[in-house]
Amino acid sequence: MNGAHDMGGMHGLGPVVPEADEPVFHECWEGHVLALTLAGFSWGRWTVDKWRHQHEKIPGTDYLRMTYYEKWATSLVELMVGAGLVTREEVGPAWPAVGTQGTAPWISAREVATEPGFRIGDKVRTRNINPTGHTRLPRYARGREGVVTRLHGAHVLPDATAHGLGDRRQPLYQVRFEAAELWGPDASRRDAVHLDLWEDYLDHA
Amino acid sequence: MPPPDDHRHDRGHSHDHDHDHGQAPPSDMALRVKALESLLAEKGLVDPAALDAIIDTYEHKVGPRNGARVVARAWTDPAFRQRLLADATAAIIELGCDGGLEGRFLVALENTPEVHNLVVCTLCSCYPWAVLGLPPVWYKSPPYRSRAVIDPRGVLAEFGLRIPDEVEVRVWDSTAEVRYMVVPERPAGTEGWTEEALAALVTRDSMIGVGRGLAPEAAA
Repeated sequence: MNGAHDMGGMHGLGPVVPEADEPVFHECWEGHVLALTLAGFSWGRWTVDKWRHQHEKIPGTDYLRMTYYEKWATSLVELMVGAGLVTREEVGPAWPAVGTQGTAPWISAREVATEPGFRIGDKVRTRNINPTGHTRLPRYARGREGVVTRLHGAHVLPDATAHGLGDRRQPLYQVRFEAAELWGPDASRRDAVHLDLWEDYLDHA
Repeated sequence: MPPPDDHRHDRGHSHDHDHDHGQAPPSDMALRVKALESLLAEKGLVDPAALDAIIDTYEHKVGPRNGARVVARAWTDPAFRQRLLADATAAIIELGCDGGLEGRFLVALENTPEVHNLVVCTLCSCYPWAVLGLPPVWYKSPPYRSRAVIDPRGVLAEFGLRIPDEVEVRVWDSTAEVRYMVVPERPAGTEGWTEEALAALVTRDSMIGVGRGLAPEAAA
């Protein structure tokens, strides 16, 4: 979905502020949220893709305001309520319902084999898709031409698993995009951005 | 569950990084998370002792020291370097790094005089936990996620790294389950150093690509 999480290439989000001697957790509760989240995965009720999509469904203004582990905690509650592990009444007003429920994935109708349809060196063009559901094809890399630089084998398609549509394994490719292809003629002619992209995202260029 | 007034974690943290924290009242989030954890424990969904073990692992056992050992081995053992660049997932297991979560598909990227690599996750916060532990706040922050792909040289300059025009900057946006780590260039003046001494020069930032290996005098 074209949410606030898909922020590659945005301006105006401020400077990068590194912290010297940063602790692993700034507050005790952050470690507990991490541990609860990892415990949650062990219940086998949701995939990592569904979990990531849950973050994306937090409204953009809240997404940008919340701290990292606040988003994790919020998503965990939403997933638990959705899976029937806890009720809204049990978690109480401290954890109000957050975000939209209904989003729709985009999955191509074409047959995709687990054997790679592209080879290293092939020119590919990413599809221009704008699903309201989960995807790992960021906005800044849609409709762009790149070159396959590595084959990663077959991986489950997050666009499907995030929506409970099963483990659709597809070839995953590392694709190199020249910076000027993504950002225009003012970008460095020497630089490049690589993304890992599923077969469903790609066409021959 | 510890009793509600048990602040042992907060006290432990306060020694490390925040001397006022131990006196501060628990934050809203601290109370909300504590209530949530109590509810899940009551339902038998989580075991508080197991949660504490997870926290301990991520606070004390995984971290960039694992990645530093991998880099130092690559600097001193050409055959290992080859294996690391060909199949990092298998190579780190040789050094006892558990691929496990966030490290099942690892790719190592070598910096050279011609190429500088930089790792980001624009869509969330993917990071090679197996070799670097949990990511720092800036790595997960909107400023870094938004700018690393469109202005990598500007971001690097803010970290104090000026990349000459003739050097190619390659950004790696972690959009799948593949995780990337950078193998920085070996600092000059470290000929004959042991692997252990070299590992002390390998910073977390150098393995993300926003820093370099430390100069030898920094190890003193």
